[in-house]
Parts: sequence; C-alpha cells; structure tokens
Amino acid sequence: MRLLVVEDDKQAASYLIKALKEAGHTAELAQDGESGLSLARTEHWDVLVVDRMLPRLDGLALISALRAEGDETPVLILSALSQVDDRVTGLRAGGDDYLPKPYAFSELLARVEVLAKRVKAAPADTQMQVADLRLDRLSHTVERAGQAIPLQPREFRLLEYLMRHAGQVVTRTMLLENVWDYHFDPQTNVIDVHISRLRGKIDKGFDKPLLHTIRGAGYSIHDRAA
Amino acid sequence: MTALPRLFRTTAFKLALIYIGAFSLLSVSLFFFIMQGTNSLMRAQMVQTIDTDLEGLAERYAYSGINGLASGIRQRSNRPNANLYLLVDYTGNELAGNIREVPESVLAQSDGEIKFIQYARPGDTPEQGHAYEAAVRIFSLPGEFRLLVGRDMSEQSSLRGLLGQALSLWLLAMLAIALVTYVFVNRRVLRRIDNLTKSSATLMSGDLSGRLDVTGTGDEFDRLAENLNTMLNRIEALMLGLKEVSDNIAHDLKTPLTRLHNRVEAELSRDLSAADARAALEETLSETDSIICTFNALLRIARMEAGGTALHADAQDLALLAADVLELYEPLAEEDDSITFSFDAQSPCPAYVDRQLVSQALANLIENAMKYGRPQQGDTPLNIVVAVKEQATGACLTVSDNGLGIQASDRVRACERFVRLDSARSKPGSGLGLALVHAVMQLHGGSLELSDAQPGLKVRLCFTRESGYPNKGK
Repeated sequence: MRLLVVEDDKQAASYLIKALKEAGHTAELAQDGESGLSLARTEHWDVLVVDRMLPRLDGLALISALRAEGDETPVLILSALSQVDDRVTGLRAGGDDYLPKPYAFSELLARVEVLAKRVKAAPADTQMQVADLRLDRLSHTVERAGQAIPLQPREFRLLEYLMRHAGQVVTRTMLLENVWDYHFDPQTNVIDVHISRLRGKIDKGFDKPLLHTIRGAGYSIHDRAA
Repeated sequence: MTALPRLFRTTAFKLALIYIGAFSLLSVSLFFFIMQGTNSLMRAQMVQTIDTDLEGLAERYAYSGINGLASGIRQRSNRPNANLYLLVDYTGNELAGNIREVPESVLAQSDGEIKFIQYARPGDTPEQGHAYEAAVRIFSLPGEFRLLVGRDMSEQSSLRGLLGQALSLWLLAMLAIALVTYVFVNRRVLRRIDNLTKSSATLMSGDLSGRLDVTGTGDEFDRLAENLNTMLNRIEALMLGLKEVSDNIAHDLKTPLTRLHNRVEAELSRDLSAADARAALEETLSETDSIICTFNALLRIARMEAGGTALHADAQDLALLAADVLELYEPLAEEDDSITFSFDAQSPCPAYVDRQLVSQALANLIENAMKYGRPQQGDTPLNIVVAVKEQATGACLTVSDNGLGIQASDRVRACERFVRLDSARSKPGSGLGLALVHAVMQLHGGSLELSDAQPGLKVRLCFTRESGYPNKGK
C-alpha cells in the first residue's frame, strides 16, 4: 500500500513512517500542508494520513482542496483535539476517519488498512462469506457449515462489521464506534466480552476458529492458519 | 476635561437639537397655514357683507333717488358695528357717511373693485391721521355722485396679531420643555451612563471583583447593570474554574508522571535482560496510557464546564438510550455470576439530550457501580438497577447498586474532580467518573442527585423539559 503521511512533528512522523514500512507499506512524508497537497495531487496514494494542524496549509483545508478537485483518496485525520465537535468538523471537511492523538500505532494501522480496502470493496454485498461462515444481510441469517446460527441484533451487526473487513485487523475502538456508535472508551473490557460471546456462537463446536484475537491490536476474522 | 465640546458630542444633545428644529418648522408652517385660511375666509365674508349692503342701498336709490340714499346711509351709519359708508357729490363734499379723510384720488377710482384704504373716523383729531384700514368698493352714480361702501379690517389684523402671539408663546414653551428634558437627560441619564463607563473601566483594568451599581429603580439602566453583573459573575466563575483545572492538572498529573519518571529511572539503574526490559517498557506504556486517559477525561470535563463543548442535543428516547448502554454491559453479567442487571423503563420517555454525552455518563455510572458498588457481606450478588421514568419536571434516569453507598456527608465531594473516597482508593480509577457525569448534567441544565438506595448508592440524573437548551433559565 502506498501511504502519504502529512505531519509536521518530525519525531512522530519518522516513527510513524518507520512503523508503516515495517508493516509492509510504502510510506512517504510531507512536513507541511502545501507540500502535502502538491504530493497528494501529483502521485497516486491508497490512503492519506493528515495531521489536523499543519504549518502553511491547515489539514482540513488540504482535504477540502482535494475533495473540491474530485480526489476521493481516503483520508485519516490525526488530531490532538479529541472532542466530538472536532471529530464532526473533521469528517465534514471530507475526512473518512478521525483518530485523536495520542494513538496506538496498531489502531492507526488497522484504520488505514480498513480505509484502503473500503474503496476496493464492492458496495453493499448482500452475502458475505469467510470459509464456511456465511452471513446474509437481507434475511439477517448466519450459518456455518450449513448450520443456522441464531444471533442477537447487536451480535449480527458485530459479525457483519468484522466480516466486511475480513482479513483485516479491527480495533476495539473501531468496533465501539461502528457497531455501537459510541465515541468514548469504556474503562472495562466490555468489547472483549461481546467478542467472546460471539466467538462462542460461531466458533464453538467447529474445528477451525475464524475469529482471532490480535494481541495488542484488536480482532480479525479470517480462515488463514493463525 | 473640556465640558462643552463633550456636551455637544452626546447623543442626547444632538437629538434635542434635531427635535427642536423639526418641531419649530412644523409649528411655523402650521401657523402659517391657519393664518392663510382665516385670512381668505374673513375676506370672503367681508366681501359678502359689503355686497348684501350694496344691494339694499341700490334698492333705496332706485325708489327714492340720491336723497333717499343719503338718509339710508345716515340711518345705517348709526347702527352698532356698522359698515363704512361715504356719499359725496361731484365736488367731493360729503353728503352722508361715517368715515373721514378719504383722499380724492381713491374716490376717483370708482370702478366697483375691492380696494384697501386708510381712513379716519369722525371725531378723530388730525394728528391721528389715517389710523384705520378698510376694504371698500366705490361706485359712481349719475350726477357725478360717488358712493363708497366698505368694512373695517381691524378685526382681521387683531386676529393676526393674536395668532402671532400664540405662535411665539408656543415656540417659547417648546424651547423651555426641550431645555428641561435636555437637562434631565443630561443630569440623570448621562450621569448613570458615565457611572457605568467608569465602573467598566476599572473592571477592564483587571479587577474582576467589582460590580456595577444597581439603584433599585428597576429602570433600563438597572436591567443593563444587572445583566452585566450576571455576565461578570459568569466570567469570574469561568476564570476560577480555569484556574482550578490548571491547578488540578498540575497536581494530579504530576503524581503519575513522577511515578513514571521514578520507575524508568529505577529500571535504568539496574542491568536488564531483554525480557525484563520488555516488561518494563510495557508497564511504562500502560502507565502513559492511563495518564493520557485521565488527561482526556479532564479536558473533556473542563471544556464541558467552561461551556466550550457545543451540545449536540436532539430528541431521544431516554429509555432506548439507556437500553443501548445496558446492552453493551449486559454480557458482563453473563460472564460473571456475581453481577446482575435490572432494567425498569417506561418507553418512550422523550428527552432532548446529547446521545454521546448521556450514554457516556450512564456508562460511567454503571462502571462505577461495578467497581465500587459490590456488597460487602458474603456472596450477595451485585445488583445494578437502571430505571428510566418520566417525572413531572422531565425525564429521569436512575442507577442504583446494593453496595456500601456513599456517606451523606461525602456525596457532594464525590462529584468533584479527582476526589476518590477512602473506600475507592484501593481500586484503580482516576476520580473523574462522577465529575464527568456532573459536567454532562450541568451542560444539559439537568440535575445530579446522590442518595441512599438502602443499601447502596442511588444516582439520579434528571433532565428538565428545557434540557438541551443550554443556559436557559440560568
């Protein structure tokens, strides 16, 4: 994946670029808004990671400029401002996701990968499948190896979100935001409990587990050997 | 200070000047209009009187000739408020009449048109001259007799004088009223505005404790002063809050930062195996995470309390909102036999609230209950009851547990930032959970109330009907 990081904090940026490269991506750095915009215009990128407060050209202005030119490259906004307000303005300016600083690198990586995939994924598949696990969005049914699995509505949405991002890492915060629509972090491990309950329904009694815990990052659903 | 130019610059003075000008102009034109109207009306009346008189005289002349006419004129001249008559022969000798000193040149123009002349009355001394004014018509009769019939105009001119007098009195009175008003405005109103200006100048210079004077008359200046004072109170409270927050940040973040510093220092001072170093780094990471968490919560609370967070409130079903949060936590009870949840709600229970903030407040309360609300004795399970009820004043949300509860004397303190009651010190936590709930409720204009659930703690959040419209009724 080709990533452009627009970030003015040199230390944070070099750490980020290094970590992204270690994760197997190509990453380049622009240190201010103007050079970020010109790089974004001239080359193809899979995802832009843009800091909100940048010298010369503000991050939000950069995104607005790109969007005005019809550039739909997914953008992840990084910001030291974590309020819901700021999140809303960021997304309104054309950002696709918003990550408050300080962030865990695993969180950023998971979000960037999901963003890159979003463009390619065929919109609104009615049926999704991972190995022998099938989910039908129209009839709201889930079956594994031909065996129907009854799920609660919230469990269904949880599984649907995981399956839409099959093979990718999904963090707890991403689940909380997208499945529950809550933008705060509970102190307790509620998400883990929900996952283990879901796991009990879709993996228990089958020889091959599909729902995996990625240590220090989150969860992933896939049928590769873990 | 130069008093006069300052006086001229005031709005009151300019307004007074403009009003005086406009009213004078209007009055003068009104008087002019009245004068014109009366003049033409009186003249028309006069002409009519003369004409009627002439008809009578013409009849008399037709019947009994010049002598009859002369005796008729004599007769009419003696009546009170008589018209003016003069009959002369061809030499200009008077035959009959009640006016004197009419110049020959006037009598010569005997064309019957209306003329204005000066005349004297019989008995007047020559020194008085032609003292009176009259409108007359002069005719010539066969035999070179000439007849003059007219009407004295002194009535008209005295009326004109009267009107002129009224006008000047009126203008004078207006000027006096304007002057009095101006003095009143200047002395009373300007003085109070000056006072307000003076007081605000001291406030601007940095002393926020001062307040504007309220005289107690309840007039618009008092209302302005009251509003400004309320504003000053709010500013002062905000400044105080800001100071408190920065003090708290300084104090409460210093502690974990010092701890972190010491740990790193201690680890560095000994020889570490790779595994040890990793463990130390992981511990450091989790400690920084918790500091960041505290910091975020603190900032969120501070911004809410300072009114810096816009309320994204919309119409919500409080019962549904609570059910959603509860659903997030319910699996915990399934995992852990020592926790049970009960939910008691009337749905729908409409409230105008910010879903994110109220959900977070409820999540904090549930997490608090799980952390601190456990019953002490034996194996009694923790029962968390979440209830949503529509009260007379608005929707209310209650979370209660069956643990130890909070002493009545500690209940207010428990909602402050960083306050951790003794019973909670042994458990992890930042001391910000209830403070955030408190801030959320304040932002919604609702109330937060802690009470005894017998046993346990009962926390009640009540939204008023106006909740979600910040600063209403405050």
